[in-house]
Formats: sequence, C-alpha cells, structure tokens
Amino acid sequence: MNVRLYNPKREVQVRGPLRVEELCEQLGFPRQSVLVIREDELVTREATLEDTDTVEIRPVMSGGAR
Amino acid sequence: MKCRRCRADAVIELPQHRTAFCAECFLHHCRQQVRRTIEKYSMIGAGERPLMAISGGKDSLAAWDLLLDLGYDADGVYLGLGIGGYSDRSGEYARAFAHQRGVKLIELDLATDVGFTIPEAAAQRRTPCSACGLSKRHLLNTVALEHGYTVLVTGHNLDDEAAVLFGNVMRWDTEYLARQQPVLPGGDGFARRVKPLVRLGERETAAYCIIRRIDYQVEECPMAEGNRHLGYKELLNRMEERSPGTKLEFYNGFLRRMQPLLDGVSSQDKGDLGSCGRCGSPTTGELCAFCRLTDQATDPQHRSTPRGRRGRKRRNNSRRQVVGAG
Repeated sequence: MNVRLYNPKREVQVRGPLRVEELCEQLGFPRQSVLVIREDELVTREATLEDTDTVEIRPVMSGGAR
Repeated sequence: MKCRRCRADAVIELPQHRTAFCAECFLHHCRQQVRRTIEKYSMIGAGERPLMAISGGKDSLAAWDLLLDLGYDADGVYLGLGIGGYSDRSGEYARAFAHQRGVKLIELDLATDVGFTIPEAAAQRRTPCSACGLSKRHLLNTVALEHGYTVLVTGHNLDDEAAVLFGNVMRWDTEYLARQQPVLPGGDGFARRVKPLVRLGERETAAYCIIRRIDYQVEECPMAEGNRHLGYKELLNRMEERSPGTKLEFYNGFLRRMQPLLDGVSSQDKGDLGSCGRCGSPTTGELCAFCRLTDQATDPQHRSTPRGRRGRKRRNNSRRQVVGAG
C-alpha cells in the first residue's frame, strides 16, 4: 500500500494486509501521536489495511509559540 | 470496535475516556466538551461577539468551527508571522475557512504592520517561539480591543495546557502557574482570553478537522523544531501511552486543587501593572516586552541579518480586513 507521511512530506510503500496498529509500530509512530486515514476516512487501530489501500499517517502534535 | 453511543463502527478510540466513537457521535462529543467548558467557566456572555485567534492550524480552525456551530457569531483574526512559505500556506487555510463559512477574518502582518518577521526577531537572541508567542499575545489583544471585542478566544488544547503546566512546574514558576487558567479576565488593557478546547486533546482536534473536511496546516512550523514545548509533549505522550488519562488528571487536578491556592499571586492580581510608555499596553516596566522586542528586531544596530534594512518602520495601522461575509 501507499503510505503518505509528514515532516517531511514523503510516501513509502508497505506490504499489506496488516492492522493499523501494526503499521504504526512498523514505521515507529506512537499510536496516540498520529491519526491514520484510509481513503479520506479515519480508521481505528483494529482496522485491517489492504495492499491496494491509500493510507495517510497524520501527526497530531503541534506547537511552538503559546 | 463499536461506537459507545450508537454501536455503529467506530472511527476513533479515546483511551483517556475508555471509549470509541463513530464520526457523528465524535462530533457530538467535541461539541459537548466545548459547550460544557464555555458554560463552566462563563467564557462567553450572552450576545457577546467573540474574536477567534486563527493560526491556520487544526486547533484554531476546529475551535472556530465549533463556536459557529454552537451559535456564537465569532469573527477571526489572523497574524502573518513572515515565516516564508509556511506562513503563506497558513494564511491560505485561514482565508479558505473564512470564505467557506462566510465569516469575517481580520488580518494583520508582522512585517507590514510592525516592521519585522519572526525569523528576524529570532536573530536577536530570542528563541523564535518566544518572539512569536509574545507578538501574538500583544497584537491579538490590541486588535481585539481596537475592534471592540471583549473576548479573545484561543485554540489551546489539553496537550498544550498539560505541556505548559509541566514546564511551569519544572521551573516552579508561580507567576506563570497563577496565570494558567482557562479564562484570563479582561479589563485594564486586556480583552478577556478564553480557551474552550482545554478538555480536548490535539488528537481530537485533528480528528475533528478530518471528519469535518476542514483543511489545515499539517506541517510543523519550521522554527519550532526541537523546542522545549514539543519535548514536554513527547514526554507526556509516552506517559499517556502507558497510562491513558494521565494528561487529563494532571491538568484537571491542577485546576481543582492547586490553582485556587495561587489566587492573588500574579502581577495582574496584585495590581502591579502600569502602562507602557510607548504603546500604553499593561506592563510591569517602562516599556512593554513587545515594544522592547520591536526595538531589538527593527533597530539596524541590533540586527545581524541583511534583511534588517526594513528596520525602524513603526506600526502604521494598515490592518486589512479579509471578509468572507460582511
């Protein structure tokens, strides 16, 4: 599957099927620091991602000046 | 995984609440949290028109959307920081939202209206985040008062507040701890400042924007990389992974048990504030911190970058209004 990542913006290929929590672990993202989006829809950690899916792992942490 | 409210398939789990929601019920949850926060702390009075501080990021755009959906006639204000393409894109997200929702966005720009950018200020021995925070606090307050708004809304979320609290506790900074409240009262040169997102984490505000199809600046500010605030957030997130609910307990416990003991500690509470000799803003010194920053950032003698040629330009009240609707 095609996985879009941020900071910096890039795309990587990951072989499916695998669960969202496995994908996050494989790519080194703490589950609570990101949201996973499949075809524009949020998915939970239990969801299974297929080889043909387009996936985005979006970071949620932000903040400099407060 | 099923939604706790309606048993449909969930799209987001919230371990801190030991629950999960479908998209519709998650939006309901966010609205409930914000509504309760506004009511609990009497943040916005009946008929009061709030001014929402917009950065173009997920928190401020989610907060603006939530305020509008809850029935508040909130206008927005965006401050251009001059951080290259990052600021350009942030402004575009703010304008696009205002246009789509048909709401008013007031714009001002550090370089045009004051005479320096955050990268220029950062060249003068200040950290960029410190210069940025100071500029936002000063200018957004000034704009709110000039335009007749009595309440300024910011998009600080639970993660922001927990990280700031962690930093303040690490330094035992009683002045800052005393002022760390969901509502900072207005009067004496200040608009009331309120934070209706303090019950929502940043994972929730990001999810809110995704579900509501609100485009926002996802990229991190290039000048914030490696800053202390983000380091505290990473630390707290690791604790949260091991023990969900830690951040909520930390922050809510502070508000319930510690904050009341700090009543009367801050300079504002003690009545120690005078007026800045130049701009009239509240300050404990002769010149306020923002006027001192402006001097440093616009005086060629203080400058260490060639871009400083623009220096000494004073505020010219050329603030523009970009209007989505009236």
